[in-house]
Amino acid sequence: MLKITTPLSEETIKSLKVGDSVLLSGRIVTARDAAHKLMVEEKPDFIREYLKDAVIYHCGPVVKQDSKGEWSFVSAGPTTSSREEPYQSTVIGEYGVRAVIGKGGMGPKTLAGLKEHGAVYLHAIGGSGSVTASRVKKVEKVFMMEEFGTPEAFWVIDVEDFPVIVTMDAHGNSLHANILEQSEKVYKDLIK
Amino acid sequence: MDLKSQILEMIRLSSTNLSTDVEEAIKAAASNEEEGSPAKNALNTIIENIALARSQSTPICQDTGALIFYVDYKAGEHEKVYIDAIGEAVKEATAKQYLRPNAVDPITGKNSGNNTGTNAPYIHFHQWDKDYTRIRFMQKGGGCENCGTQYRLPDITLGAGRDLKGVRKCIIDAIYNAQGQGCAPGIIGVGIGGDRALSHILAKEQLFRKMGERHMDPEIAALEENVLKDINKLGIGPMGFGGKTTALEVFIGYQHRHPATFYVSIAYMCWANRRKSMTIKNGEVTYA
Repeated sequence: MLKITTPLSEETIKSLKVGDSVLLSGRIVTARDAAHKLMVEEKPDFIREYLKDAVIYHCGPVVKQDSKGEWSFVSAGPTTSSREEPYQSTVIGEYGVRAVIGKGGMGPKTLAGLKEHGAVYLHAIGGSGSVTASRVKKVEKVFMMEEFGTPEAFWVIDVEDFPVIVTMDAHGNSLHANILEQSEKVYKDLIK
Repeated sequence: MDLKSQILEMIRLSSTNLSTDVEEAIKAAASNEEEGSPAKNALNTIIENIALARSQSTPICQDTGALIFYVDYKAGEHEKVYIDAIGEAVKEATAKQYLRPNAVDPITGKNSGNNTGTNAPYIHFHQWDKDYTRIRFMQKGGGCENCGTQYRLPDITLGAGRDLKGVRKCIIDAIYNAQGQGCAPGIIGVGIGGDRALSHILAKEQLFRKMGERHMDPEIAALEENVLKDINKLGIGPMGFGGKTTALEVFIGYQHRHPATFYVSIAYMCWANRRKSMTIKNGEVTYA
């Protein structure tokens, strides 16, 4: 099992290959639909320092605030990434993001963006909200919570040994494209 | 305990304590995948997650879904009693982090923050002649809901006619198109017939069936078994990583249709098939 920690260098990212199991530690930032739309349309600067050489996580967590106002993550698995396909490549380039975590994989536009900017797509296990939340050690900050609500806000968090699998690498390879191609052959045979 | 608290407990159970029939099916699938494969690793993480969620009483998945209730009530009872109790239970479950706030105004984009709003939660009411009340609850994740679809037969592209062979092609097509997006391995509800809306409702209601519970019509039961085998030949696998288990179950229901229409609706449920029921008889509550 490979271990990587943020900030991530381009060299580290390029050493990762489709199929690698990875434990990720360090800073990641949750961002989903509203956040991606904002990052492309308005390019806000408040999130810039948190994304440089760091990681975007497609996740809308269940969160808890204690009596002192401290936040923690209760359940925090990945959400479906394909909804960010129109935005992802632009966001990676604009903010210098090195990895995107989500589920379900992404399409050709993102795959090209990963190659161009030296980044990877990491697949977390969908639905494993409790296990994933247990790897979140600290909630550093939250942005846009009032405007977007808790699932859509930018949560800046520190994780330790967050388990993921590389399914799209920085060299143009995609497990999702491979599975689609293989299953298409069976599919065509089944519905003949 | 009052009705609100009883419903709150059902929500907690559903969100944090996966029904054992589903858990057993996932364990069986894991034992069937190759050692060290991404498919096996994914299922093992899922199994670990189910146990952790149960022991901590935290949501199995952070997407605690669209909240759908089905109330079968006794003659003479008032729906408002259930509407109020369910509304309050949902708000409290959200405050206790059993549920994520998942009700968003589609015009303003504002999240209500407590899971209530127009048709949220949605409650199906049905008055029946039994001497007890039954409330069923389903949490339908958004990612898998996006994999649901509806076909209008005949379908030229698929070469699907108005018969069970055509229905079979629709099911296979829907699961192929979903790939890993719906958090495979999925549980597939199918509704044949009805108008467009009823067809979807019937498909979704199939998801309440116990794993392994076959349709009473032997022809449909055989189709359920055979199409499940076919789906699992696709090789999409858990999370779309490749593997032998793309779906855990196929449940088909049918109802009469208009002569001019033939709809086949697909409800895709993620592996985290969260549904519970409670019955209330003489004030005594039983959960299942």
